[in-house]
Amino acid sequence: MSSNRRAWLKRALLVFTLATTGGGAAGDFDRANTVRLATTTSTENSGLLNDLLPRFKAATGYDVHVIAVGTGKALRMGRDGDVDVVLVHAPAAEQKFVDNGFGEQRLPVMFNDFVVVGPHADPAGLQHADSAGDAFGRIAATRSLFVSRGDDSGTHKKERAIWRAAGVDPEGAWYREVGQGMGKVLQMANELDAYTLTDRGTWLAYRDKSRLGIAFQGHAGLHNPYAIIEINAKRYPDLNHKGAKALIEWIRGPVGQHAIAAFRRSGEQLFTPSADRLAKR
Amino acid sequence: MGSIAESTKQALVLLFGGDPGLWEIVGISFQVSLTAIAIATPVALVLAFLLAFGRFPGRRLLITLFNTLLSFPAVVVGLTFYILLSRQGPLGEWQLLFTQPAMVIGQIALALPILVAMGHSSLQAIDRRAWETARTLGAGRVRAVYTLMREARFGLLAALLAGFGRIIAEVGASMMLGGNILHYTRNIPTAIALETSKGEFAQGIALGMVLLLLAFLLNGMLQVVQGKGRQVA
Repeated sequence: MSSNRRAWLKRALLVFTLATTGGGAAGDFDRANTVRLATTTSTENSGLLNDLLPRFKAATGYDVHVIAVGTGKALRMGRDGDVDVVLVHAPAAEQKFVDNGFGEQRLPVMFNDFVVVGPHADPAGLQHADSAGDAFGRIAATRSLFVSRGDDSGTHKKERAIWRAAGVDPEGAWYREVGQGMGKVLQMANELDAYTLTDRGTWLAYRDKSRLGIAFQGHAGLHNPYAIIEINAKRYPDLNHKGAKALIEWIRGPVGQHAIAAFRRSGEQLFTPSADRLAKR
Repeated sequence: MGSIAESTKQALVLLFGGDPGLWEIVGISFQVSLTAIAIATPVALVLAFLLAFGRFPGRRLLITLFNTLLSFPAVVVGLTFYILLSRQGPLGEWQLLFTQPAMVIGQIALALPILVAMGHSSLQAIDRRAWETARTLGAGRVRAVYTLMREARFGLLAALLAGFGRIIAEVGASMMLGGNILHYTRNIPTAIALETSKGEFAQGIALGMVLLLLAFLLNGMLQVVQGKGRQVA
């Protein structure tokens, strides 16, 4: 009886030890061949990076570790030297980031546009709006539910800029600031029958799962450019700058740009490559 | 969104169709959490032993401290180590943020209080005279420690399982310290959080099933272990 028990304990211990030794070795990774990219939830949730990065790896051998957060947090990680390169979409914040010496230079990669999605009944009458500010003004005037990212992401920064343009300080029970990624916000807006601002890429990826529709789109104020920035090499010389440069070169080169143009979700193109254009403000 | 039944069916297909992506995530979870528990356990045993049998000033305070740490939220542990491990932090030189070792560190911090607190209480249940008896009978210190640990083995194993149960299912610290990087630091809980946010409920449910099954197995083992413990006593 007692020896049985001991044997059982020994067996459990053996299994445990074997499992853990296997685990220890997997903790190591090759830093020189790994590029750490902080980016927005929109590039990852839309599936774009899952399409691009295996090609980049095949071409150069670099593994890319993607950390998908809001633009605000991604820039913060870059400032702190916790990542090698950032791919974000908030031109004003990016310019400030580079001006402050945190990043090398801001290089355009691609663009899409923002759209306002909402319930098909369109209670705020956005179909009659003639600018993004006007659209937001109508939402506030009718106190229609609006879900805000509230996470200092690129989309959130854009949303606040539009509220400013509308001359509205959004506040009240109709304005729900949720602090979540784009996908989660689209789900919440769907559940609440609310309006929200989203990039077109994420919207197309979610459209089939949503009862909402596009309420307002196609105006100049909704342009959404993405740029890639290498973290300042003088500030953090020991980051993987070689890898970061390789990624920037590849994604802005003919192969990367073509792959971006060819990326489709439900038959629609999500992003337009823009490396050869000047970054638009 | 699809019905619950539909998502569950897809989840079962993912689980038993041998979807490599899913099992890779399960593998990462186990690697990280087993490494963490393997490092935390010896340290915790020593601490638990000292707290149970040692006599030194501040002992009661330490016991209270470890009991307090039991209810430390995982996100706070995550935030604390994020600040420490960030390049701007005091341990930034190590460049560990967003790596598996960072996750291991966070999980050690989460498991340690459970291991120490539960280990301490099971060791304390042993008659103090057992130590003196063992020593009188000529056992060396190491031998005597081993004897006492053996006496308390069922309680200690229960502590081990409880500690492992906490860290394998923990999302806050893993998300902050690991960064949820595909193929590298994406484990079961962070994958569930991501898939849910993407509206891919099937994969979330599949991974949830793995966790549920694991919890069931751990609790089953715990029952067996405790049952045997009662027989002995």
